[in-house]
Amino acid sequence: MTNKVEGDAIVVEHLRVVRGSREVLPDLDLRVPRGQVVGLLGPSGGGKSTLMRAIVGVQVVASGRVLVLGEDAGSPSLRHRVGYVTQSPSVYGDLSVRENVDYFRAVLGAPADAVDRAIVAVDLTSHAAARVDNLSGGQQARVSLACTLVGDPEVLVLDEPTVGLDPVLRRELWAIFHRLADQGHTLFVSSHVMDEAVRCDRLVLLREGRVLSDSTLPELLEATGAADAEAAFLALIDAADAAHANAAAETAQPEDAA
Amino acid sequence: MNARITLATASRILRQLRRDHRTLALMLVVPCVLLGLLAWMYADAPGEVFNRIGPALLGVFPFVVMFVVTSIATLRERTSGTLERLLTTPLAKGDLMLGYALAFGAVAVVQALVATGFAVWVCGLAIAGPIWLLVVIALLDALLGTALGLLASGFARTEFQAVQFMPAFVLPQFLLCGLLLPRDQLPSVLRWISDVLPLSYAVDAMKDVTVLADPLADVLPSLAVVTGWIALALVLGSLTLRRRTP
Repeated sequence: MTNKVEGDAIVVEHLRVVRGSREVLPDLDLRVPRGQVVGLLGPSGGGKSTLMRAIVGVQVVASGRVLVLGEDAGSPSLRHRVGYVTQSPSVYGDLSVRENVDYFRAVLGAPADAVDRAIVAVDLTSHAAARVDNLSGGQQARVSLACTLVGDPEVLVLDEPTVGLDPVLRRELWAIFHRLADQGHTLFVSSHVMDEAVRCDRLVLLREGRVLSDSTLPELLEATGAADAEAAFLALIDAADAAHANAAAETAQPEDAA
Repeated sequence: MNARITLATASRILRQLRRDHRTLALMLVVPCVLLGLLAWMYADAPGEVFNRIGPALLGVFPFVVMFVVTSIATLRERTSGTLERLLTTPLAKGDLMLGYALAFGAVAVVQALVATGFAVWVCGLAIAGPIWLLVVIALLDALLGTALGLLASGFARTEFQAVQFMPAFVLPQFLLCGLLLPRDQLPSVLRWISDVLPLSYAVDAMKDVTVLADPLADVLPSLAVVTGWIALALVLGSLTLRRRTP
């Protein structure tokens, strides 16, 4: 058991999350290995953000367990080891790029030179003095990412970091993610763009709060016989719906009799 | 709690405020305009009304202004997602609360100096006690506004609601603080309520400084009550900051 905890950066066991009257995650199990870029793919509204919030410890969970680096998600000792980037950029619009990154550097206790490195990493050096309000949506998303990179966290949980970015920038960001993974960081990255699947070491397909598949892309393609991730995902959905319909039909019969 | 994080937070808030020239100007100019208006209104009226009301208002302005500014600023932290992000970092809730208190406390000192200077030298407000004590009281009033603003913002979902909390939290205190009617002439139930509310003590302290040459002994108990309220509001306010949300 301890061995597994050592090997996996994130371990989710029987996680159940209820938001309002809706059961967003009914009973979720998941393992994210260390030093990899793991993609969390699936339609919006499927529970991706909720799962990520549970992993960083800001989500109230109904039951189950989430361990990050062997400790309970959200515990104080994890707060400088886990970085979280929300879907909408959470930065101060009335401050400059550098001021934002420098504030989070101070909060995270990183050295002063980390600011420049983080700004270079997201390719915003030429905009370092610009007010964040005046930047485009994609640039604001990168400021938000830089504010997490500055703390050099071991585990990065990134909620749709490439949404609204042009193809060149997306490629650059994925290059950053892989560079970080090569240095031993673990990245858990969500996306609803299926073509980003090819850039992930592993893929988790989440739909209606359930893990449809958790494998590498070649494994997924082989298992489904599909040509790409999108076709594979659709094949899995069809298979799941068919199984669900069968199960419903079987359970419905005795009820009808009674 | 961590001094580095608290100070970084305070300086970040001040930097944001410095970018907002109009808010800063309003915070410094509006109290002076209102004091000037009041002095002018009562210029020819008998009974030294301005000398009676002016000091109380010096205590009310920083309270009201800081309440509004803080409740909107923290609400923005909540709605922009920066609060949730900060709560995933090593930042302690106290770092944030104290950061706000330090930043707005600094602004309040400037506001108190400008407003007091204007009241004394331009409007001719007579102050028997030491002026530094007036500034200290104004600072505590401002911190009281900041602390209650932090608390109120915990119950607001939108900026509209946050603004509506101003009359809800502030006006009853203003009505009962002794400015409109001396507190000992209030019906007994209202007097008990006014005995509990912090603005009453802030205004009492301001009045003491104006009329007494050596007011320290009278002022300190009032300031102790105000300080107790600040601490209470900060503790309650930090309870509204939750790391985990549904």
